[in-house]
Amino acid sequence: MFAATLVFASIVLAILMAVAFIRGIVGPTSLDRNVVINVIGTKTVVIMVLMSFIYEEYYFIDVAMVYALISFIATISIAKYLERGSIS
Amino acid sequence: MFLQELIASVFVLSGLFFFVVGTIGLLRMPDVYTRLHASTKCDTLGVSLILVGIIIGFGLSWLTVKLILIIIFIWLTTPTAAHAIARAAYDTHEISRTDIPLWRERDELDKND
Repeated sequence: MFAATLVFASIVLAILMAVAFIRGIVGPTSLDRNVVINVIGTKTVVIMVLMSFIYEEYYFIDVAMVYALISFIATISIAKYLERGSIS
Repeated sequence: MFLQELIASVFVLSGLFFFVVGTIGLLRMPDVYTRLHASTKCDTLGVSLILVGIIIGFGLSWLTVKLILIIIFIWLTTPTAAHAIARAAYDTHEISRTDIPLWRERDELDKND
């Protein structure tokens, strides 16, 4: 039962990533697209953890940890670039 | 075992509910600040609920430490990223703070009061 719940959760999260991508396409400013990058990165981390427990390949969790930090750095640097015009 | 799986499924499904609410808010809200308000908090709570559900469902092991570490990372990074985006939106010329229109039904709400 719990494995079926995990599969259902990953399918729903994938659909939600596609729905959030609509806001990335129509979003009027680039800051809205940055919000969508942040949201999709968070959903990707959760999908990686769910996949690691569905397939019982537990090294995916390390990938999810690193991906959480890298997507944070990406969001911060895009926000700094839009604010100042340069990253430094 | 059945009770453990039931509680874990309830945690995962409630985390999924918060993700759905955050994405609906991302689509429906009128400007970038309210979109941040909707998506960021719902995502933080959804990640922690889903990962706590996985911890309950699979029991304690050395993987628990890594999952708790992911929860701590998300708790630290998501509000910081939201703060940086809001600050960029406040300072940039693309969205000046005088250009943000107030919500279109605000006058009607004031009239009703």
